[in-house]
Amino acid sequence: MSGFDRLETRLRASRDAGRKLLVPYLTGGLPGWTDGVRAAAANGADVIEIGLPFSDPVMDGPVIQEASQRALDAGATPMTILEEARALDVDVPLVVMCYYNTIHHPGHQRFASMLESAGVWGAIVPDLPLEEAGPWCAEADAHGLSTIMLAAPTAPDARLPLICARARGFVYSVGLLGVTGERTTLASTATELARRLKAVTDVPVIVGVGVSNAEQAVEACHVADGVVQGASVVRRFLANGADGVGDYVAEVRDALDRGI
Amino acid sequence: MSPTPSIMSQPSATGRFGEFGGRFVPETLVPACQELEAAFTEAWADPLFRGELDAILKEYAGRPSILTECHQLGARLGIRLILKREDLNHTGSHKINNVLGQTLLAKRMGKKRIVAETGAGQHGVASATAAALMGLECKVYMGAVDVERQALNVFRMKLLGAEVEAVHSGSRTLKDAVNEAMRDWVASVESTHYCLGSVMGPHPYPWMVREFHRVIGDEAFAQCQDRIGDVPDVVVACVGGGSNAIGIFSGFVDTRARLVGVEPAGGAAVGRGQPGVVHGMRSYLMQDEYGQVLEAHSVSAGLDYPGVGPEHSYLASIGRAEYPTVTDAEVIEAFQLMARTEGIIPALECAHAVAWITREAPKMQGQTILMNLSGRGDKDVGQMMEILG
Repeated sequence: MSGFDRLETRLRASRDAGRKLLVPYLTGGLPGWTDGVRAAAANGADVIEIGLPFSDPVMDGPVIQEASQRALDAGATPMTILEEARALDVDVPLVVMCYYNTIHHPGHQRFASMLESAGVWGAIVPDLPLEEAGPWCAEADAHGLSTIMLAAPTAPDARLPLICARARGFVYSVGLLGVTGERTTLASTATELARRLKAVTDVPVIVGVGVSNAEQAVEACHVADGVVQGASVVRRFLANGADGVGDYVAEVRDALDRGI
Repeated sequence: MSPTPSIMSQPSATGRFGEFGGRFVPETLVPACQELEAAFTEAWADPLFRGELDAILKEYAGRPSILTECHQLGARLGIRLILKREDLNHTGSHKINNVLGQTLLAKRMGKKRIVAETGAGQHGVASATAAALMGLECKVYMGAVDVERQALNVFRMKLLGAEVEAVHSGSRTLKDAVNEAMRDWVASVESTHYCLGSVMGPHPYPWMVREFHRVIGDEAFAQCQDRIGDVPDVVVACVGGGSNAIGIFSGFVDTRARLVGVEPAGGAAVGRGQPGVVHGMRSYLMQDEYGQVLEAHSVSAGLDYPGVGPEHSYLASIGRAEYPTVTDAEVIEAFQLMARTEGIIPALECAHAVAWITREAPKMQGQTILMNLSGRGDKDVGQMMEILG
């Protein structure tokens, strides 16, 4: 809740100081991924999303699917990734993005403890909608973890305040009808949904899915409080490693700061 | 009407059968699932919709399907063996019951396009067929491995005007085809209905697909009353996602009949799985120690699925149905046995049920066994030719 949730408190403070929020995503468990996180942190990220790879990522497009598969092939597990995350010495909040079976399998209580002891601030669970989220959210709240709820363009107006009331940290405003991945233009739904959310909540609204470059990030932030950068970051990491991530995050940070 | 509610009644408001089921989908799809639930609830209570569907099932699909007694095989095994001939439906399997219901509903909802996943190709062919009949666009996702082993069905779908996309991610079989169909639906939900092929997925699918297949059990119950004046001792069907089994079980779940769902040894969700969440539902699921979904391995593409419909998990958890497994080798034997003794080539999926009956017959001497022959084996002849050399 407002003022209660440490991630929300921190993001609100940044937003209210005039800063647009930048949330890079990187699949955990890829060889060298912690360097990618450090590079993102050093170049202007406000929160970093760590993907816990899953065998059946239904919300993800080809780039993150491939990254997940590579991480799994490299032997990554939630345990190994969270252990590495615990050792990260970055001054930026980390949240995990994971499919619900990754939580369900060890159980809510155990998974929440795992996140807490890894120093992670929260979780985004793309296949756990409002109606199913209650038990996990209660456990997460009890551990001081923020469950970041997603809102989608298909939601009728009446649904949005319910999602926002349950959201901790920020509201993840899904930018388009579709899965993660880069697009040539920003979908009109990206700003439309952000506008609808801003009308019903004061929780920071951050657009993700289909925000593909600095220009689109700036466009989305004409309405939204920030953007997630997923496939665009992962693709650069797969091609150029941590340097690719650092350069790109710096570029988007700069564009957001200048507002162009 | 029975005075007590059926064991297979409506799921709870959250789509639960006991502790199984639910609606674990991306937020984008929640409104579509809610809309589908409302539309199905309304249509299923509408005599006009029911009448229209019954007429199509009769005049197009060829229902009711008959019962055939297997005199030779029965005598050989010391049992009375009766088949429910879903293989004689148009398109060669039970799948047509569900797709005719779903496409009729999709049209009623104003959708222009359907997407479907398929394993063996039976649901894909049925979907392509129904889409052609109803004037809907159709895209079928099929694992690349299955595209290879079911080439004829791929061509059949294309003949029927459907687009077939080979899925190269993951294990490149049924589970990955479901993932890809869901990804399509996330992007196309406003114009498109996802015509899911089994009693799985998010609420309302497990319930809705069961209701569309209930006709199998209702017919079989009445036919058994006529034929044997009783319910059979045992009702057997193969289980991948579990739609043909749910269909026939629905007619007998509140009787004394023993219910048996036969899973492949390499895809035994109930037998080897633990509760998990994938494809929108909480159900038994083959997974590793971290909750990664395991690949199923079966000679039959239609049963190559690591999960199972949530109502089967429920029936297993309360002990109402049992879910034994058979091996590929037993299946290949049973496939040939039925062909030679009865002149019926069963789908490899159904040969799982035959294999279990053959193996367990010594313990069921003199009993009457009703088996759902849910599909014909023509599609499997090429694969069997290779296996048998």
